[in-house]
Amino acid sequence: MRGLHSALDAAGPQAGRIEDLWWIFFSVCTVVFLLVLTALLAAVLHSRREKERHRLPGPERNLTRAVGGATAVTVILLLGLLIASVTTGRAVGSPAPSNSLTLEVVGHQWWWEIHYEDPLPSRRFTTANEIHIPVGLPIRIKTRSSDVIHSFWVPSLHGKRDLIPGYPTETWLQADRPGVFRGQCAEFCGAQHANMALVVVAEPPAEFAAWRSAQLQTPPPPATALQQRGQAVFLAMPCPACHTIAGTSAGGRIGPDLTHLASRSTLAAGTLPNTTGHLAGWILDPQTQKPGNQMPAIALQADDLQALLAYLESLR
Amino acid sequence: MSVAERYEPNAGAEADAEEARRLRETWKSRSGLIGFLTETNHKKIAARYLVTAFVFFILGGLEAFVMRLQLARPEAHVVGPDLYNQIFTVHGSTMMFLFGVPVMEAVGIYLVPLMIGTRNMAFPRLNAYSWYVYLIGGLLLYGAFFLNTGPDAGWFCYVPLAGPEYGPGKRVDVWAQLVTFTELAGLAAAVNQVATILKMRAPGMSLSRMPLFVWATLVASVMTIFAMPAVMAASSLLALDRLVATHFFNPAEGGDALLWQHLFWFFGHPEVYIIFIPALGMVSAILPAFTRRPVFGYNAMVLSIVATGFIGFGLWVHHMFATGLPQLGQSFFTAASMMIAIPSGVQIFCWLATLWSGRLRFAPPLLYVLGFVFIFVLGGLTGVMVASVPLDFQLHDTFFVVAHFHYVLIGGAVFPLLGAIYFWFPKMTGRRMFDRLGKWSFWITFVGFNLTFFPMHQLGLQGMPRRIYTYRAETGWGDLNLLATAGAVILALGLLLYLINVLSSWRGGALAGNDPWGAEGLEWSTTSPPPIYNYQHLPTVSGRAPLWEQGDDQPVVVGLRTDRREFLATRLIDAEPDHRDTLPDDAWAPLATAIATAVTFIGVIFTPWALPAGMILTTIALVGWFWPKRDRPRDWMEEQP
Repeated sequence: MRGLHSALDAAGPQAGRIEDLWWIFFSVCTVVFLLVLTALLAAVLHSRREKERHRLPGPERNLTRAVGGATAVTVILLLGLLIASVTTGRAVGSPAPSNSLTLEVVGHQWWWEIHYEDPLPSRRFTTANEIHIPVGLPIRIKTRSSDVIHSFWVPSLHGKRDLIPGYPTETWLQADRPGVFRGQCAEFCGAQHANMALVVVAEPPAEFAAWRSAQLQTPPPPATALQQRGQAVFLAMPCPACHTIAGTSAGGRIGPDLTHLASRSTLAAGTLPNTTGHLAGWILDPQTQKPGNQMPAIALQADDLQALLAYLESLR
Repeated sequence: MSVAERYEPNAGAEADAEEARRLRETWKSRSGLIGFLTETNHKKIAARYLVTAFVFFILGGLEAFVMRLQLARPEAHVVGPDLYNQIFTVHGSTMMFLFGVPVMEAVGIYLVPLMIGTRNMAFPRLNAYSWYVYLIGGLLLYGAFFLNTGPDAGWFCYVPLAGPEYGPGKRVDVWAQLVTFTELAGLAAAVNQVATILKMRAPGMSLSRMPLFVWATLVASVMTIFAMPAVMAASSLLALDRLVATHFFNPAEGGDALLWQHLFWFFGHPEVYIIFIPALGMVSAILPAFTRRPVFGYNAMVLSIVATGFIGFGLWVHHMFATGLPQLGQSFFTAASMMIAIPSGVQIFCWLATLWSGRLRFAPPLLYVLGFVFIFVLGGLTGVMVASVPLDFQLHDTFFVVAHFHYVLIGGAVFPLLGAIYFWFPKMTGRRMFDRLGKWSFWITFVGFNLTFFPMHQLGLQGMPRRIYTYRAETGWGDLNLLATAGAVILALGLLLYLINVLSSWRGGALAGNDPWGAEGLEWSTTSPPPIYNYQHLPTVSGRAPLWEQGDDQPVVVGLRTDRREFLATRLIDAEPDHRDTLPDDAWAPLATAIATAVTFIGVIFTPWALPAGMILTTIALVGWFWPKRDRPRDWMEEQP
C-alpha cells in the first residue's frame, strides 16, 4: 500500500519490522476469521438437517471435544502471536545505535519545533515542521512537549511516541531510502489537532550535509531595497515578539523559527504549501486557514506586504 | 414458614382473583403526575431508562452523522474545528456514559426481577434515584452543548488539555460533572442488581441454575462497583485542579499528566466490558428460543463471563503503549490483552456448538445474533492486533482503532441489544414486532454498518489519525471517507426502520401471549406485559430451563402477605428460602434526593460552596428517604397470618 504516510509502506528498519509483524497478525487473523465464518455457515446448514426437537440433549461428547479443541488452537495461536509481538517489540524498542544523529522534537499547539543537537554549540540549529535526515543513518529522537500532549508519528519510518509534559522520552528511527514522508500529530491536542503535520525529507548524505550547512548559516543581510524595507516591516510589526530570525533583533520563541523559512515546503505545520500567495494569505488572515491558532491577523498595506514577502522569501 | 406448598390451580378461582386484586392494590403506583414522580416499580423505571437511553442513542447517532458529513470530503466546511471537537466529545461521552452503560442497566432492571422470579428490585427507591441522577446528568451535558459549552477535550479528557490552563471556561467542568452523575447512577444500579440477584432469586434457582443473562448482569455490576471509583477519583481531582487550583495533574508544579491516564483507563477499559458482557448475556438468552435447545456448555459460559470480568481489569495500559512506558510492563499488558480473547473465544465456540446442534428458526432476533458473531469476531481479531505493542505504535489513535471499537461495541453490544429488544418486546408491550420489517432493517443495518466501519481499518493504516476535523486532499483519504459516509446513510436508514417497527408494532402488532417464542426462561411464564407485581404466585425453579423442564405441578411460593410489599429473600448460593422482608412504598424521596444531588454537582461547577450547601440539602432529603413509616412498628408486632 503506497501513500504519503502509510504504515504498510515502510521506508526504514523500525517501520519495516512492524510491517512484517502486521502481515503475520493479518494472515493469522484472516485465517481465523474465515474458519469461524465457515463454522458459522456449517452450523446453520447442519442445523437445518436436525429433524426432531431435542430440547434437552444429554451429554454431548463430540461438541465438547470440538469446543475444547478450538479453544486449545486459540491458545496456541495467541501464544505464537504473543511471542512474535514481544520479539518485534524488543527490536523496535532497542536503544539508539551510538553513531546516531540526535534531534529534539518539541510539540507546541499546533506546530513542531525541531532542534538539531551537536556536541559543538556552533553546529546546533533550530527549525520547524520539516525534518531532514540522511539516508542510512540512525536518528535518535528526543521528545518533549511545551504545553499539552502531542504524539510524534511518521508512519513510514516508525510508530508513534507521545510527547507528554513532564515526561521527556526518546526513540529512534532510520530511513533506508530517500523520500518525503509525511507525519501528523496523533494525540488530540485541541482546536487545530487536524492541522499539525510535519514532513521528513530523507536524502542522500551529501545532500543532507549541504542542507545542514545552509541551515547553520545566518542569512545574509537583505540585498535589495524591497527586501530591506520588508525586514523593517517585519521588525516594526508584532512579528518579533513570537518569531526568531537569526542575524536580526527578532528573537521571539513562541512561534516557529523563521530563519530559513523559504527553504521549507509547507506553512503552518503542513496546513498550506509554501508559496507566495499562501504566505500572503497566511500573514493577513491566519485564522481563516487554521482557526484558533495563536497567530493574530496582521493588517498591512499592499506595498508593505509585498516588501515583507520579498524579505521572507529571501530567507533560504 | 410454609413457603413451597403445592399450588392447586383449580381450587378456588375466586380466591385467586381476590388475591390478584389485593396484590394489584398493594403494588400499584399512585396515579397521575404524582404517581410518575414517586414511581419505584422496576418495570416502569426500566422503561424510562430504556427510552432515555435510546433518545441519547439517537442524539449521539446524529452527532456521528454530522462528523461523517464533515469528513466525507477533504477540507469540507460542514462544521468548524470548535464545533467538531465538541461534537466528537459529546458523541463519545453520550455513547459510553448516556447510552452504552445505562441501556444495559435498563434491560437488566426490567428483566432480572422477572428472570429470577421476584416482584421488584432490592432497593426500589435507589432504582428510581439512579434514573433521575442519570437523566439530570444527560440534560446537563446537552443543555451545555446547546449553549455552546459542550466539552471539547474528548470523552477521555486528557490533561493538561483538559486542565485549567488549556481548557478555560466551563466546558470541561460540564464533562467532569456528567461523569460524576453517570458514575453515581451506575453505582446505584450496580449495587441494586448485586443485592437483587444474590438475595431475591426464586427458591431452587441456585447459582448453578441462574440464567446466563443474570450471570452477565451480576458480573457487569460487580465490575461497575470496582471500576467506577477510579474515574470518580480522576474526575474529582480534575475538578479540584480546575476549581480550587490544586495541581494533581500539573507537571509544572509537581503534578503528573500520566496519572490521569492510569486512573481513567483503569475505569475506561472495564467500562467496555461493563457494556458488552450484558450483551453477551443477551445472546445467550436469545439463542435457546431460536435453536430449540439450551446454550451449550453452561459451566464454560459462566466461567468465561467471570474470567472476562477479572481479566478486564488487567488491560488498561494497552491504551497507553505509545506513552513510552517500560517494556517489561508493556509485555505484561500485551499478554493480558491477548488472554482476554480466550474466554471470548470459548463463548463464541459454545454458541457455534449451540447453533450446530440446534434447530434454527430464522426470526429477526436470531439474525441479530448471527450478525453479531460476524462483526464481533472481526472486532475481537483487530483487538488482538492492537494488543500487540509494536502494532499499536502504528495503529493507536488512528481510524483503525475507531473501526476496531465500533466493531466491538456496535457489533458486540448494539446488535445483541437490537436482537434483545426484538426478543423481549412482546414481553414488555404484549405485542410482537413486524418480522418482515425486522428482517429488512436487520440486513440494511448490517450492510450499512460494515460499509461505514470496514474502510476505516484501511484509513488508519494509511495514516489517518482520529479526532481530526479535516484533512487535506493530497493525503489520499478522500475516497474511503466518502464510502464510509455513504455507509453511514445506509446504517442510519436501517436503524430508522427499526425505530419505525418499534413504534408501529407498539400500537398495531399482533398480540403476543405469554410465550410467543416458545422460550425457556421464567419471565415467559407470566403475562405479557407482566402485572405490576410480576407473578401472582412467586415461582420456584428446579432446573436451568424452567419452562421446558417443569410441569404444571411445579410448587409455587405461598404464605407471603399481600397487604404490603412483601417478598421472599433466599440464600446466596443455593437460593433456599431464608426470610420474608418488605420493600418500601413509592416515595418522593428519590426525586428530592436526586434534585439535592444535582444542585450539589452542578453548583460546584461554579463555586466550591455548593459542596457544603449540597451536603446539607442531600442530608435533609435522605432523612425523608429513611423516615420510618408510622404504622410499620405496630404492623411488625402483629401475628403473622
